[in-house]
Formats: sequence, structure tokens, C-alpha cells
Amino acid sequence: MSGLLKSSIGRKVAMALSGLFLVVFLTQHFVINSTAVIAPDTFNTWSHFMGTNPLVQFALQPVLIFGVVFHFVMGFVLELQNRKARPVKYANYKGGAAAPWTSRNMILSGLVILAFLGLHFYDFWIHEMTVKYVQGDMTGLINPDDLSSGYRYYEETVHKFESPVRVLLYVISFVLLALHLWHGFASTFQSVGFNNSYSKALSKFAKVWAVAIPVGFIFIAVYLHLNQIPH
Amino acid sequence: MALDSKIPQGPLADKWTKHKNDINLVNPANKRLIDVIVVGTGLAGGSAAATLAELGYNVKAFCFQDSPRRAHSIAAQGGINAAKNYQGDGDSTYRLFYDTVKGGDYRSREANVYRLAEVSANIIDQCVAQGVPFARDYGGLLDNRSFGGVLVSRTFYAKGQTGQQLLLGAYSAMNRQIGRGKIKMYNRHEMLDVVKVDGKARGIITRNLVTGEIERHSAHAVVLGTGGYGNVFYLSTNAMGSNVTAAWKAHKRGAYFANPCYTQIHPTCIPVSGDHQSKLTLMSESLRNDGRIWVPAKKEDAIAIREGRLKPTELKEEDRDYYLERRYPAFGNLVPRDVASRAAKERCDAGFGVNKTGEAVYLDFASAIERYGKEQAYVQHLDANDAALVKKLGQDVVRTKYGNLFQMYEKIVDQDPYNTPMMIYPAVHYTMGGLWVDYNLQTSVEGLYAIGEANFSDHGANRLGASALMQGLADGYFVLPYTIGDYLSNDIRTGPISTDTKEFEEAEQNVRNQVDALINNNGSKPVDYFHKKLGKIMWNKCGMSRNATDLQSAIDEIAALREEFYKEVRVPGTQNEFNEELAKALRVADFLELGELFAKDALTRDESCGGHFREESVELDGPQKGEALRDDENFTFVSAWEYKGAPKDAVLHKEELVYENIEVKQRSYK
Amino acid sequence: MKLTLKIWRQKNAQAKGQMVTYPIDGIDGDMSFLEMMDVLNNKLINEGEEPVVFDHDCREGICGSCSMFINGEAHGPDRLVTTCQLHMRKFKDGETITIEPWRAAGFPVIKDLMVDRSAFDRIQHAGGFISVNTSGNTQDANSIPIEKADADDAFAAATCIGCGACVASCKNSSAMLFVSAKVSQFALLPQGQVEATDRVMNMVKQMDEEGFGNCTNTGACEVECPKGISLENIARMNREYLAASLKG
Repeated sequence: MSGLLKSSIGRKVAMALSGLFLVVFLTQHFVINSTAVIAPDTFNTWSHFMGTNPLVQFALQPVLIFGVVFHFVMGFVLELQNRKARPVKYANYKGGAAAPWTSRNMILSGLVILAFLGLHFYDFWIHEMTVKYVQGDMTGLINPDDLSSGYRYYEETVHKFESPVRVLLYVISFVLLALHLWHGFASTFQSVGFNNSYSKALSKFAKVWAVAIPVGFIFIAVYLHLNQIPH
Repeated sequence: MALDSKIPQGPLADKWTKHKNDINLVNPANKRLIDVIVVGTGLAGGSAAATLAELGYNVKAFCFQDSPRRAHSIAAQGGINAAKNYQGDGDSTYRLFYDTVKGGDYRSREANVYRLAEVSANIIDQCVAQGVPFARDYGGLLDNRSFGGVLVSRTFYAKGQTGQQLLLGAYSAMNRQIGRGKIKMYNRHEMLDVVKVDGKARGIITRNLVTGEIERHSAHAVVLGTGGYGNVFYLSTNAMGSNVTAAWKAHKRGAYFANPCYTQIHPTCIPVSGDHQSKLTLMSESLRNDGRIWVPAKKEDAIAIREGRLKPTELKEEDRDYYLERRYPAFGNLVPRDVASRAAKERCDAGFGVNKTGEAVYLDFASAIERYGKEQAYVQHLDANDAALVKKLGQDVVRTKYGNLFQMYEKIVDQDPYNTPMMIYPAVHYTMGGLWVDYNLQTSVEGLYAIGEANFSDHGANRLGASALMQGLADGYFVLPYTIGDYLSNDIRTGPISTDTKEFEEAEQNVRNQVDALINNNGSKPVDYFHKKLGKIMWNKCGMSRNATDLQSAIDEIAALREEFYKEVRVPGTQNEFNEELAKALRVADFLELGELFAKDALTRDESCGGHFREESVELDGPQKGEALRDDENFTFVSAWEYKGAPKDAVLHKEELVYENIEVKQRSYK
Repeated sequence: MKLTLKIWRQKNAQAKGQMVTYPIDGIDGDMSFLEMMDVLNNKLINEGEEPVVFDHDCREGICGSCSMFINGEAHGPDRLVTTCQLHMRKFKDGETITIEPWRAAGFPVIKDLMVDRSAFDRIQHAGGFISVNTSGNTQDANSIPIEKADADDAFAAATCIGCGACVASCKNSSAMLFVSAKVSQFALLPQGQVEATDRVMNMVKQMDEEGFGNCTNTGACEVECPKGISLENIARMNREYLAASLKG
């Protein structure tokens, strides 16, 4: 058991499980975000809960960060190891003849997603951390001194999507996310050793999910961009 | 030296058991002190190496391929016989013994064949225990099919890849011993000489094919499992690297070569397509279970087909000549290989051949497809009168049975055998002849053993289908490991054999001289030129039918070609690197000697028997008119040739064959 | 047919290699790819040059010796064939064909197109067997019935010829298809159960030590495999490995 993470299969399974965990997170993230379109109040309430609940903040958030970091660090480690496994490259390598683009370019789509995470953290997470733990404002209100000013989350989110450049960056990232998930999600079943008639059905679901969730995110971003509220 | 076959006394059925009880054993502690060299890692060599190592001997195994798993046993397709009688169709050890002796046209040794039949059942048990995935029926039990020359279903199979599965089984057994350090494996090594010390085989000289290094290896006994010499014909179903070199070097060191002219020409191979052809591909004999062989009944139809004006599928039933069913109603398409091959040649020589060169006959699955399709339609409660549906269902059944063979055919010929009959023609496949061995599988050189196709012992003048795998594994798993102990029991105090002796020195120098001569020869023609030329002589004059005039001229032509070879061959590159041309030249040099002995043996054997058909010796009338005629009075013996310089000067020793348990009679399949 | 061949030439394991261009003429569609190489080699020998070295033996697609990376694909553009079964009719007159050796750290080049695949053997030494001695007293072959579906799956996995096309075509040079085929064959049979834990642990360990890359489920191996060995085998190996790891 101890050597598991040193073995090729152990690492592969670890990639799959951390990926699967991120898929679960993404689903949850999407469900909350979707309320921004259908019910801004709910969005505010849920955002405040997620942002202030100690269990979420001090237990789940670190786990999530660990999951993200683990997934991409392990991804890099494996990529390097895999490159080393072919020291002399082919002069002519027709990778596309035998395997789809998505499966061969996980590192590329992964890197774009990583870059996006940087932007995304800059946009939301750093801001949240600053407000809550540097400024010490745990109220979640637009005006901390005015209880009637309402929660700030929805307004802030909408305003983030004011810039078309940012929306474009988000859209591009979500497309790459879809490509990443297209191979990644379905592939987790294979990695953990689940390949039979059931897994084939599940893989179909995974493909649908891989497209649906990023498309949903794109929709939210574009929707918010088009439905700006005045400052 | 008189030939002593060392057949144990007593009733046939008890000989092997009694012999095992009588021979000397080596105790387990002493086995650790004894080294055995095994050359070749096919079914015979691989299984022998694994078993000897299991017993405790230190084994050094050699193969010229890059891995023992690639020995040519891997290409065997159809199956392996065993007298298990799982089908309850009356099979028994005796019946398998009888079929094999009869199939071999009464030219094999009774005691050896009986032992083979006896241990056949153990082979299946052993292989299943190793995890060999034989075909099974829906009840989970092992399935069987039927092969040529027999009236029972005793052939175990794994689709069309039985040889592969059995070899991988033996390879896995070897791997276990390599992992334990009991076998030291030498891949990409070619054996180039046997070293004899005080008359006993004590080592070999090898060439490392990658570095070119000439190496000495010593042991207390040497086992050759180096396969057959079908490549003397250039075109055969053998692998490109299959060669006679190990056996021939042994012959030159005193091992008698037995029955070199007994060659199996397999009836169902893909016909030659052009001059560029480098090898021929077998279509398993198992196909004859379901395929029907025919040629057009009218010559004008054959001509029209050859010229592409007529398609075989357009020919009406009454215009087809199912010549095997016509000539041999009892066995039909499942006559033994030699009979089927000669019949195909007879039709093609008479002008009924169906490909461009007129050297092909049809193997047709249309009626099997229809039969299976109807059966499936009934089983699945579908309309059995719907021709298209029946065809589809039938094709599915055929696909599951022979899918890989059909695919192989389609890739090579570019025709779809599900919809048009296959074209087939006989090709050299197996050599029944080989190093002479006694009952213990020891050659006429003490301490030198030959197993599998490399020896001559079990198949007489013709081998039945699915018997080569049986013999290879029987020798390697169950016979040699016992009999070699009897010899090695004298060696428990010998200690390690030194390679620093004049015998090793002489043998190594001998090899170096040959290599140097070839490399430094400033000839102008590549090795293949000579090999192809030799092949043409062999096929035309020592092939499916032979006569005295041709054989005599073959002897002269081969001798002349050999002389030309040493003058004109060009071997590029150096000896200290991977040099395939050099390796080929060394092999062809030996084929050029063997070919001559082959022709001489065929000339000496003035009778027709099994695969050896002399035009001078046929039934002239009666119901068997035109069939091969044996001469039991004068030729019921094994020809064992002793090397005396030029192959044509070889001296014949006869081992008389005694039949006490089988009545020798005309081999009829009518 | 007239062709232009671009072939990797490398004198020995230490030498630096390069692609060399050879024009060739008079190629017939019925020739196999290796017969085309024979034509080239005989031409080279006649011209006083050294022939191109490549592994080959049975020339009927079963020994697993031949191993050429042709036009960017293992065993060339055709499916379910080895190089020796690839026929020239699959190419067009005037075409340029690149021919390279298998490229992988686990398969060092010996010379020209020939590579050293002994890593595969070593993986098999580590556990590719069932420990049963030859005794002649083994229990009767029919004493353990095996469900036909399992026997068929085990057979399908066992048809691997060890050619290395899976490693060659995988972008990561992973050997998982090869290793999983053997693990699967035994995992599917009752005979293989006794040593199942050790087998998968030892074989995977050896595989990792040989310097092959990891599997990222691209599926290229399955597509390029001349015997159509299924990816399901890799899933089965992953499962076996996890179970074995949990057992300790």
C-alpha cells in the first residue's frame, strides 16, 4: 500500500480519483452559479454560506485546494516522466490516426485551465480572502455598516463580467475545460479498473456532462455580461 | 557403429513405464552440479529447458530470435492431438498410436509412437494447468476438432493459434525458471558447432548475432530442439530464420542424419504470387473440416477462370470436380496431407489449376456457410429459407471458427474468402527427417540429444496434422527430462566442464575460419541468389514427386551450386556487428550440403512412402491404381546417414523397423 | 510502383542515427512490406552498400518480430496487421514512406530499424507464468470447467504477440497493454488465481523499472495493436493491481 503512489498504476488511479473529486466540485460550483441566472437571492444566500461556514472554509476549502494542486502537480510529474520514456522522438508521428486530440493533449488543456485558475483566483478568491480575513469583514454585505444594503456577492459577480475581454477569456477556458473533461471524466472509469457494459453507459453520461457543464458556465458568463446592473 | 535403438523389452504398452523404472536417476542435490545446454526454444526446446530447470539442472538455453517466445512453433495453427477421448467417439492411446503409424506410412518406430500417444493426454493436462486457453464448449469443457487422416475428434485447439498458445505456455514455464536463475537465457545467439570431448558432446560454439562475438559454452549434455529444415526449399511455411545449421553441425560431428528426404508438403497454403515471394503462408488444415476442395471439371472452364473471364462462384455444382471426395469417399477432404497434396498437383498438372500460373485449387466454404447458417436459423427460430439471412448467419459461424485465418488470407490475396472460394496450393511445411535418435532421444553422439522436429523419430514418412505440437511437447516435457537423467547419472562427479581445452579451441577456430572466409569472399552475388536457386532445384527435383534421373541431376547441380556459392557469394559488412547477410550465408552454406544428402536419400529410397513419392513406384492397377506404392520387403528401415566429407559420400546405416503390434498394409483412405 | 523511402539508419546502439532517402522502383502491389524491403536490400548489396537491418522471422503475423514505424504509425496504415502482413497495395505510386524503429526508452535501438525488446521478456520473468511443475500427474484437464466467455476472453488476451506496437504508438511509450494482456489472461482463469496478487504487483513493478511511460487512456495502443488486444485488459490490470495493493 505504501508504494502505491510510486507505481505507475497508483499514480494513474490517483489522477483519476483527484479528477473525479474535481468533477464533483465542478458540479457543485455550477449548481450554485446557475442560481445567479435564475434566482440572484439564492445565489447570495448560498455564496454567503459557502464563504463563511467554518466547515466549508477550513475543512473543505483546503481539501479542494489540495485536490487541485495534487491533480496538476501529479499531471506535470507524469507528463515529464512520459516524455522521458521517449528520448528520441519520431520524425513522423501520426498520433491522430489512433487517438483523439483531446486524449493526447491533456497537458495543453490542463495548462490553459491552470492559467484560467490564476485569473479566476485573482478575480474572486483573492478578493474574498482580502475582504474577509485582511479587512475582517465577515458580513458579506455591500455596505458592512448598513444591514439593509444586501449581500454583495451577486453584484460583484455581475460586475466581474462587464469586460468583454474577461468574458472571452472565460469562454475560451471553458472550451478547453470541456475538451479536458471530454477525455478526462470518462477515462477515470478505465483508470480505476471499471470497464464493462455498465461503464460504457456511464462513459456516455460522462461525455454529455463534459460538454454540458462548461457550456452552462459559458452561458452564465455571457448571460451576466449581457445583463449588467448599474454600479 | 551399429545402430542401437535401445527400445526396451516387453509388451508395447508397458515399455515406457518399465523403462522409466529401470533407468538411473540423478538425486536432487547432484542435479545442481550438472549443466545442460538446450539449443532452440520452440515447443520442444522451450518445454525441455523449463522441465530440466524445474528438476534442478542448470540450464543454458539458446535461440537466434530476440526472445524465446518467437520460435517458429508459434506459427502452428490448427491444434494438438491427444488421446483423451473426451468426445466419447472411441478414441484411445492405441488408436492414436495406430493412426500415427499408419499416417506415417509404416516408416516410424512403433515404441516411440506408442510412447507419444501414451503421454499425449498428460500434455493437455499440463498445458491447461499452465493457463493455456484452449477452446471450450458452452459447458466449460474442452472442445475438440477433427484433423486429416483420422476418424475421431481428438484435436485440442485455440482458434487458429494453437501453436502460439502452447509455445507461450512453454515460454511462461521458462520465464518462471529464468526468474529463479535456473535457466540462463541467451537470445540472438546462433549455435555454430558442437564440441565433443572424449567422444561426448560437452558444449557448443555460438555467435552472438548482435556483437558478432564467437563464444564457448560448456555443459554435461547438449540438447538440440532446433526444428526442421524445410527452408532448404527456400519457399516454405517456415520462418525466415528457420535453419538446419545446428543439426547439420551435429551431423558433421558424428550424429547420423535420418530420412532427410521425408518432407511434408502441406496441401493448404496460399499459392505463390510472384518472384518476389519470400515465404509461403499456411492455411490451417482445420479448414478442411469445413472447406471443400475442388477444381473445374472442364478444362475450358479452368482456362476461363485463369484468364479472368469466369468467376468460380458462377460455376454450377455439376461443373465442379470435388476430386478428393471423388477419389477418397471414406476420408474425403480429410485425407492425410501427402495424399491431398499429390491430388492437387495431379489436377493442376492435368491443366485444371485456377490461378494465373495454373498452380492453385479451390477451398470452398459456401456449403459450410449454408449448412451452419441453416442450423443457426433453426436454433434462433428464423426463416431458414431466407438465403441472404442464412448466408449471414453461416458466415458468422465460420468467422468465429476461422476468423483469423480468413483475415490473414484476405490481407495477403486481397480477396474475400467469405464470398469467393480460397485458392490454395501445396507448400513445404515440415520435415519428418532429422537427426537419428534412439529411444532415449540421444543421437549417435553420446550426450547429444535431439528433440521435436529436429529428430526423425515419430512421424515416419508423413506426419498427421496436429501431431507436431504433440511430439514437440511430449519430447520436451515428458520424455527427454527422464531419459537424459540416465546419461547424466554418470556425470555427478565430473564437475564443471572447462572451455579452455583443445577441443573447444579447435571448434572455435573452425567457426572463425568459416566466418572469415565468408566475410572476406569478394563475390558478386547476394546470399539470396544461391538460396533461391537451391530452392528451385529442390522443389523441381526433390518436391512432391521424384524420379531417379531428376534426383541424380539434383545431386550434381547442388554440388556445383555449392562450389559457386563459395566463389561468388558476397557478404557485406563486418563480422563484429549485427550482420544478417553473414548469418544467412552461414545457414545457406549448410542447406547447400543438406540438399545434396536429401537428394541422395531420396534416390536411395526406391519406393513411394508418405511424403516421399517416387514416380517409378506406383500402383499400376486395381482399386488403388495411381496411388503410391511402398516396397516393404526392401525398404522397411530408417536411413541413417553418416557424414564422410562431401554429402554424396555419406554412408548409409539401416535401422530395420519391426512391426509387432500393427499389421503393415496398404495405406488406404478410399 | 515507384516509391521514395526515408529510412532510419543507425550503425549501432551508440552511434548517432539519421534518416536516409532511398528511391526504389519496380514494386508490386502484391508484395508484402518486408518483401519490398528485401528488394531494397538486395539492391543495396549489389551497389556495395550495407542492407537495412530489421527484425523479421515468421512473416505471417504471429512471431511478433517485425516492428516498423511506417508513415507515423506502428506497422503502417493498415489495421490488425503486422508489418509483414502489410501489403504494398496499401500505398500509392510515387508515395514517400518514412520508416523508423520503435521509439522508446525501454526499447533501445540495436541497429537501423532493430530494437532491443528484452524489457518485455524481463516483465514476463517477473510473473508471467503459473507455477506448476511438469509432473505427468497434473489433474485432468477437464476437472475445472471454465465458463466459455471467460475462456474466450482469456484467449483474446493471450493472443498478444509481444511485438511492442502498443509501446511504439503510445504517446507516452507505455507498456500497459502488453503487461495487462498477460495479467488478464491469468486473472480470467481459475488456474491463475493463486498467484494473482504477486503476479500483478511484480509485473507492474518490473514494467515501471524498465522506463516505460504511464498510461493516459488515449487508446492508441488498442487501435494499433495487430492483434486487437482490448483496453479492457488495462482496466482489469488496474483493478487487479488496486486489489493487490489493498491486500498489502
